[in-house]
Amino acid sequence: MKKNQLLEKIIHGVFLILGLITVGCVLLITVYLVISGLPAIQKIGLTDFLFGTKWASTASDPKYGILPFILTSIYGTAGAIVIGVPIGFLTAVYLSKIASPRVKSAMQTVVSILAGIPSVVYGLVGMLVLVPGIQVIFGVADGASLLAAIIVLAIMILPSIIKMSITALDAVPKEYEDASLALGATPIETYFKVSVPAAKSGIAASVVLGVGRAIGEAMAVMMVAGNVPNMPNSLFQSVRFLTTAVSSEMAYSSGLQQQALFSIALVLFFFIMLINATLNFFLKREKE
Amino acid sequence: MNNIVTVKDMNLWYGDHQALHDIKIEIPEKSITAFIGPSGCGKSTFLKSLNRMNDLIPDVKITGDICYEGKDIYQKDVDVNSLRKEIGMVFQKPNPFPMSIYDNVAYGPRTHGITNKAQLDEIVEQALRDAALWDEVKDRLKKNALSMSGGQQQRLCIARALAVQPKILLMDEPTSALDPISTSRIEELVMQLKEKYTIVMVTHNMQQAVRVSDYTAFFLLGELVEFGKTDDIFSVPKDKRTEDYITGRFG
Repeated sequence: MKKNQLLEKIIHGVFLILGLITVGCVLLITVYLVISGLPAIQKIGLTDFLFGTKWASTASDPKYGILPFILTSIYGTAGAIVIGVPIGFLTAVYLSKIASPRVKSAMQTVVSILAGIPSVVYGLVGMLVLVPGIQVIFGVADGASLLAAIIVLAIMILPSIIKMSITALDAVPKEYEDASLALGATPIETYFKVSVPAAKSGIAASVVLGVGRAIGEAMAVMMVAGNVPNMPNSLFQSVRFLTTAVSSEMAYSSGLQQQALFSIALVLFFFIMLINATLNFFLKREKE
Repeated sequence: MNNIVTVKDMNLWYGDHQALHDIKIEIPEKSITAFIGPSGCGKSTFLKSLNRMNDLIPDVKITGDICYEGKDIYQKDVDVNSLRKEIGMVFQKPNPFPMSIYDNVAYGPRTHGITNKAQLDEIVEQALRDAALWDEVKDRLKKNALSMSGGQQQRLCIARALAVQPKILLMDEPTSALDPISTSRIEELVMQLKEKYTIVMVTHNMQQAVRVSDYTAFFLLGELVEFGKTDDIFSVPKDKRTEDYITGRFG
């Protein structure tokens, strides 16, 4: 009996330590980012850093304004949401409520595959198909643009939106739908007036998850957006995102430039934390 | 008295399993008809055939005639949504929508195209009064319906069904999930409602059938064994199986 209790305690402890590894990583990254991200902000000045419109880190008189990156990330994400959410949401309604079980399972498999495709492949296809396509269709000099990034991101966030919305819609009690049908509502009326409102927290969470995915994406947007630190004044401008600002210069950076890259990462980290908090808020409400 | 529903030679299959055999019944208007019988006897299945809620279950096959006001409801040209507007339903478990009390009752009328606020207000009030709920909820119509007690929720579901002004109200064991006090309130309510509506009620509870219904149908193993005035069924049953069931020899 005593031996068993000791064993229980040891196993309990091992699990606790394993769990703490994850927590430790998060703490370590947070602390490291804050420590290495703050010095540059202090030197450049918070306002000049966040709201400066010019990024010229290698010029003889270097400028470290990251507003172009912040706006590009916000516009790019917003654009992806505007395109991706209606498609993803309506797909989820179709798969959860209308599609036959066979169609549903086949299409869900495809959605899972879409989620599993590495982002470099999205970037590659975007580079070879989308960028020249935009060039031809809109008659612009270079198709590598904010628009190309928005389209790629819109496709990349589809799986998160579809999967999570389906989970939320599948969880709507059948009794609600029966009640609506028994009142003479058509199936489509029932889905949009009863099922979707009942699943709205989960659907909102799926959108936030999509936002998180889009804002954190680096590789694919680096390949299709042109990666030039312009202000995003037009859809056809070559632009650079927060993520790609860090990854494209880190290899050869030094001194204040490198510190500034850490500061960009800190800003990105802050955005992601904000999105996570929003996500948790919706998921909590869904549970209630 | 007129018969609002007449059923002849009706059979129903779930896949290969025949759940109802040669059902024949005539349900009188503005009265309460109770369906009794042991679990799995087909009484709920039959009830759900009357507003075609069985359509939602895959592999259901129905033959024979089910006529509502003289028209076969399983004919191709029948609009199922209009049919369900005329033949409302209250379910076993209270199932209000996760919306406000007002929106629950207004859901049906809104679905059928009523948008005028004053008109909706009137319909909602009338439906809640008919369901004997108005005095309890008139000051909190904007509150979420799920915050109500189980008995109130079930009366709200009745109000929601009444708000589309059906002719018939089908009730599938409406009190089986409720406490005795809520049950007796619903029973009183049902007895008042028969002034305006035809009520068809499935019940597990024989005493309930005796207390509230005018007519009783006894189902056993997918057959309608006996149908008649409730007083007759419970005092002088014609069929031996009915007698055995109501005297508690099986159940």
